Amino acid sequence: MSPVLAGVLQLAALVGALALVHRPLGDYLAAVYSSTRHLRVEKWIYRCIGANPSVQLRWPAYLRSVLAFSLAGVLFLYLLQRAQGSLPLSYGFTSISPHQAFNTAASFVANTNWQSYSGEQSMGHVVQTGGLAVQNFLSAAVGIAVAIALVRGFARSRTGELGNFWADLVRGLVRVLIPMAVIGALVLVACGVIQNFAGIHEIGQFDGGVQQTNGGAVASQEVIKELGTNGGGYFNANSAHPFENPNGLSNLFEIFLILVIPVSLTRTFGRMVGSTRQGYAILGTMGVIWLGFSALMLWTEFHHGGAALQEAGGAMEGKETRFGVAGSALFSATTTLTSTGAVNSFHSSNTGLGGGLDLLGMMLGEIAPGGVGSGLYGMLIMAVIAVFIAGLMVGRTPEYLGKKIGTREIKFAACYILVTPTLVLGFTAASLALATPPDSILNTAGNSVHGSGAHGFSEVLYAFTSGANNNGSAFAGLNANTQWYNTTIGLAMLLGRFLPMVFVLALAGSLAEQQPVPKTAGTLRTEQPLFAGLLVGAILIITGLTFFPALALGPLAEGLA
Amino acid sequence: MSRTPTTTDLSEEAMPTATTTRPAPGGPAAPGEHAEPGRVAGGLFDAGQLLRSLPEALRKLDPRTQVKAPVMFVVEIGSILTTVLAITDPGDWFGWAIAGWLWLTVLFANLAEAVAEGRGKAQADTLRKAKTDTVARRLATTDPDAAEERVPGTELRVGDLVVCEAGDIIPGDGDVTWGVASVDESAITGESAPVIRESGGDRSAVTGGTKVLSDRVVIKITTKPGETFIDRMINLVEGAARQKTPNEIALNILLASLTIVFLLAVVTLQPFATYAGARQDMIVLAALLVCLIPTTIGALLSAIGIAGMDRLVQRNVLAMSGRAVEAAGDVSTLLLDKTGTITLGDRQAARFVPVDGVRETELADAAQLSSLADETPEGRSIVVLAKERYGLRARHEGELGHAAFVPFTAQTRMSGVDLIGDDGAVRRVRKGAAAAITGWVVERGGSVSPDAREKVDGISAAGGTPLLVAVDDVDGPRVLGVVYLKDVVKEGMRERFDELRRMGIKTVMITGDNPLTAKAIADEAGVDDFLAEATPEDKMALIKREQAGGQLVAMTGDGTNDAPALAQADVGVAMNTGTSAAKEAGNMVDLDSNPTKLIEIVEIGKQLLITRGALTTFSIANDVAKYFAIIPAMFAGVAGYEGLDTLNIMRLASSQSAILSAVIFNALIIIALVPLSLRGVRYRPMSADQMLRRNLAVYGLGGLVAPFVGIKLIDLLISLIPGIG
Repeated sequence: MSPVLAGVLQLAALVGALALVHRPLGDYLAAVYSSTRHLRVEKWIYRCIGANPSVQLRWPAYLRSVLAFSLAGVLFLYLLQRAQGSLPLSYGFTSISPHQAFNTAASFVANTNWQSYSGEQSMGHVVQTGGLAVQNFLSAAVGIAVAIALVRGFARSRTGELGNFWADLVRGLVRVLIPMAVIGALVLVACGVIQNFAGIHEIGQFDGGVQQTNGGAVASQEVIKELGTNGGGYFNANSAHPFENPNGLSNLFEIFLILVIPVSLTRTFGRMVGSTRQGYAILGTMGVIWLGFSALMLWTEFHHGGAALQEAGGAMEGKETRFGVAGSALFSATTTLTSTGAVNSFHSSNTGLGGGLDLLGMMLGEIAPGGVGSGLYGMLIMAVIAVFIAGLMVGRTPEYLGKKIGTREIKFAACYILVTPTLVLGFTAASLALATPPDSILNTAGNSVHGSGAHGFSEVLYAFTSGANNNGSAFAGLNANTQWYNTTIGLAMLLGRFLPMVFVLALAGSLAEQQPVPKTAGTLRTEQPLFAGLLVGAILIITGLTFFPALALGPLAEGLA
Repeated sequence: MSRTPTTTDLSEEAMPTATTTRPAPGGPAAPGEHAEPGRVAGGLFDAGQLLRSLPEALRKLDPRTQVKAPVMFVVEIGSILTTVLAITDPGDWFGWAIAGWLWLTVLFANLAEAVAEGRGKAQADTLRKAKTDTVARRLATTDPDAAEERVPGTELRVGDLVVCEAGDIIPGDGDVTWGVASVDESAITGESAPVIRESGGDRSAVTGGTKVLSDRVVIKITTKPGETFIDRMINLVEGAARQKTPNEIALNILLASLTIVFLLAVVTLQPFATYAGARQDMIVLAALLVCLIPTTIGALLSAIGIAGMDRLVQRNVLAMSGRAVEAAGDVSTLLLDKTGTITLGDRQAARFVPVDGVRETELADAAQLSSLADETPEGRSIVVLAKERYGLRARHEGELGHAAFVPFTAQTRMSGVDLIGDDGAVRRVRKGAAAAITGWVVERGGSVSPDAREKVDGISAAGGTPLLVAVDDVDGPRVLGVVYLKDVVKEGMRERFDELRRMGIKTVMITGDNPLTAKAIADEAGVDDFLAEATPEDKMALIKREQAGGQLVAMTGDGTNDAPALAQADVGVAMNTGTSAAKEAGNMVDLDSNPTKLIEIVEIGKQLLITRGALTTFSIANDVAKYFAIIPAMFAGVAGYEGLDTLNIMRLASSQSAILSAVIFNALIIIALVPLSLRGVRYRPMSADQMLRRNLAVYGLGGLVAPFVGIKLIDLLISLIPGIG
């Protein structure tokens, strides 16, 4: 079988599996978040944390809960890392430095999982499994909760109530993420991913010297890393490491895990707003972008011009032979179009245009299908913007799902789309303009004043794009473990996660108060392919226009050379 | 026309309805404009207007004024910056060229607004002429013949009583409290035919600035000087009272955020470029910024809003707020009065239905005879039908020998004639409401046959109005047959309603008729729903019910009892012939008092929104081409970035010509789109899907492609200039 055919078949297998699973899972999620019943274990949890799950919260209260819970998470993770030196099961690793501990805490709470450390060389069992893996679950559940709150904003009327954050959080964990993670982990173990509490093994190498290999609860962390679109690897090599991702099958399954919840949430959305076709329009929009990016990625990675690369069957540099070009390209496109950031190949080694696709995928706001929850709410914000422009063009005050997009709504949506470009462009520009931050760029193959050219620029741009969009993948080639990068990327991750949530919840509150406008022949039909097409166009043009100069000086200059 | 009760008032219309059917006049149109009847269209636009508006456009360059249009304010800052830079390097023609074109960009935007305002000013001047200083004849007491004192019109207070006689200009808005007069309202409506104003009822309102042509009336002043109808009208058309509408504010927010995004993209580009070893000239960055921010829509936004109001004024509709115009575009339920809007004002005889044993001509003859003394439109239509169908000429009193006519009255609800033959025998012929005639026949010792009753009921069931015709002669009193009176639905209404349905607007017919009649007319006219035997309370309840379901409701009204409903409706159009209470309550006034105009108002509201959306889409889509022009121009010459030359798909001549072409295109497109923004995007009623498809194709794809062509052409031209290519 030719590698290209293998790529196409993998793509088809993914589409088939998602088509099969998204309906039952989406319906199940809708039932979970609409149910009025509490499971016994949930009641215990509510009693422990002192929350009343039946109280309906308006948006400010919902937001306060989200922020308070996340702040507690940041503090806990920070202290855990700072205290690692005195924790058991730590392989003797010392405490993490303040700026790196801040960065890591921010990263895992913000569902980013940017790692300026090497897992196997700095984090022990307690921090990995008791801190980081736990946050993988929590941050994912927070993301879904906020998305569900926005969906309720569309679905409800004449009330400002968006549900109860604590109930949404606990249900997301107890009824969705944990059961799915258990099943997923078993599949991964069956594929050969390790799951133990072994220490460091030293293995002698053929050319002398010793290689250290850690054991650990890898499968359990791996599954939520993908399922919760977190991306923080147990090992530094992430999903390229054979203990995390041993073969082609586990690779495909991991891609599936990344996509399954964001895709199913579109069905949940359709269910909860009372029109599954609206959900399919959103899914269609996401699907078109994801398929387009995947296809382009496969094309650019297979058709690299270099003679050595052609001999290898494509751009194999930085890729694992067990996944090949196709398995790596698909993983790479998927991880950047979701807020996952797990990697099974070096994105820095992608072709110029391939690296550009990775960047652009994140710049779109990671909405195709995006992170768990964040993908849906990001896409709905873009839909609000597209509806506003298109709605004017049909001669009515724009409305989406029966809710008018007026001054207040457009204000929140406009603020939302300002956040990440400001963070990405601002921090990247500062990093290049200041004296020392450019020294972190390891690439020296260019000919600019700093000697690193377009590729070096891409490395910095990628770091902040990944951080502000809560992706977490790295382009590599940038030493990010400096005070400057740890601090700025940490800020970018926190602001890039929680500022948009403020606007999403404010928008949700504003929508929930409205009385729905009945549908007539004069209503813009947002469940139609025409609208989905318009939405794709609006997303690409608005993002493209924002980042075109930056992309031109990075991946485009490199890819078109 | 007056609401004289007629013989046909078996089912009396409970509500006063506007029944004006006179043609829409041209109105106080600005010079060089033609208000087209029927469909939404704007005035024509001529280049001379641009020149005349130039001084005003220059005045708007004042930063304190300019800051109100944030996007253009950014361009102005860019212009100042590039001018300063050009001055520091006076030998560089490129800097001067960019600075010059940036100034032109701002100027073009101001010009668009100034032209739009200028059109309103011309109308305001016409109105001002009507508002000459008047001297009021104030009465000391409520007695119409009390002593008068002469005071300036500006000193009148609310509640003052003034007297106006033939030739007087009415000094202020008010209600006639005594007398009847004919009034020339052409100063406001443009309609030269005088109108009757009388005390009491729904035609008591008079407007300051109009002229009494005959008789003498006492008027109670209801508005303070300076707040009269004509003052408000002047403010409205001048744009002085113009406030940004909710949609416009929302769009401004979106444009502001896009401006911030592009500002960010350009400001951060300098460190990126410096890192790449290609530090950029500030002039080039300013040019890039101006090209990227949504200048096209930013420049035309306020002109579009002013022009939208203007289009209404051209149709003789005054919107009291821009919000109302916008709401008109959103209307999903139209309440239309049957009489005058859907049907012609009057019922007309359609058929003669004789009872068994009577010939049709005999019935027609009797019906005609009995209607000769009926001056109501219904009575006249019977005479007309008899002539057209049976060749029966109308006879005059003299021709009939000894004839005593019984004229129609509201009390008897019948009319007729007593013919005294040469032998002295009296033949009495009567025609009228079924109940009245039945009473008359029975009173005279006759009876109404079951056959006649059946025919009466049949006509009622079919939605018509039956009139009975009876005679009492040598053969005794008996019914000859039934005249079938029908509401005549105006031509083209069904098509109009079909259009509205395709636009997603539900039409509800309001009538005082009984449900059967109402249903028949509703079916014939093709409205979606009807409200029969409607009282003002029913109407109010219907509006509230629709609004509770999320619908936006528009209606017209003229009577004082319409006022609460007019105030409750989202769009309430008061007829100018109506009472001041109605005009106060509504948020629009139709000077022509033509209730059908509600449909046009909805279309104008929609067109306003569509124009904004289309130009926004166009403006954003334009940016793609500008990037393809400017980014290669900035970096393709830098070592290590030669690959970016691939992006120069337009193959523009040089870096400088590429950037200049983009800036020139950006400025010229504003001027090119001024006519469109004043006229509004072409609007035809169609479904939202079709409309979106069409506008996306024209303004989305068009906006994507047009600048590629435009920039290339400009580049071809300027590369011919020596020293540039």
